[in-house]
Amino acid sequence: MSDRIKYLHITGLIISQAVLWLLLSGHYTPLLLGLGSISIILVTIISLRMNLIVYHQPEIGLQILNFIPYGFWLLVEILKSNIDVCKRILNPSLPINPSLITIKASQRSELATVAFANSITLTPGTIAIDVNGNMIEVHSLADVGIEGLETDEMNKRVKQAEIE
Amino acid sequence: MSLINIISYLLIFTGALAIIVGLLGVFRMPDFFTRLHAASVIDTMGTMLVLVGLMLYSGFNLVTVKLLLILIFILITAPAAAHALAKSALHGGVKPVLGKEEQ
Repeated sequence: MSDRIKYLHITGLIISQAVLWLLLSGHYTPLLLGLGSISIILVTIISLRMNLIVYHQPEIGLQILNFIPYGFWLLVEILKSNIDVCKRILNPSLPINPSLITIKASQRSELATVAFANSITLTPGTIAIDVNGNMIEVHSLADVGIEGLETDEMNKRVKQAEIE
Repeated sequence: MSLINIISYLLIFTGALAIIVGLLGVFRMPDFFTRLHAASVIDTMGTMLVLVGLMLYSGFNLVTVKLLLILIFILITAPAAAHALAKSALHGGVKPVLGKEEQ
């Protein structure tokens, strides 16, 4: 690993900590800025000593820019399934049909599979219970959740957000 | 009262309503796993609507950034917590109720 990449990562860590401090504090007096700088230096030294900084890029991961349209699509899906689950809760006869199914995740990286499983859980009506390799066990509240998963659209969209 | 305030009141009110519906679902559902589904309504719709409403109410300043960070972290950690609960319940021997319930 070259020194250049190492310094780049350390600078990135310092900048992101500084941005977070400035955004969350909101007080720009010398005392608080000084305390912030001391905290940033301490955290950087500690993470260097603990080898917490990962210097290499993961080979396959999620591309942030590809992930933004997926996020908006997921928001719409969450709203739709929320309304469905709310209707079922408020219906006096409680029309549910719980079931356990296993679906296939076709993402190549672990991170993308985690994103897919988390999206399943985030959508009300479906919960990812277990992940074995690329098979995900899903508990579903009603048939509509299974139908949504069997169209495979969420799987494909997460796969598209992966870096090849 | 400006339009944006009215929208934010509406969002916060709808979010509170979603939380009440989710709570009702937690009581109505027959078993542990179906209760988790009802609770995820609170996690997603309830918090999202309330926080977006508060963001609109506060106007665009540092508070908005804080609320946005809270929203992002809730949306990342809530499914992890729900998954951990469901997995430990299944492995701990809780049998999920499957199929339509006879009424």
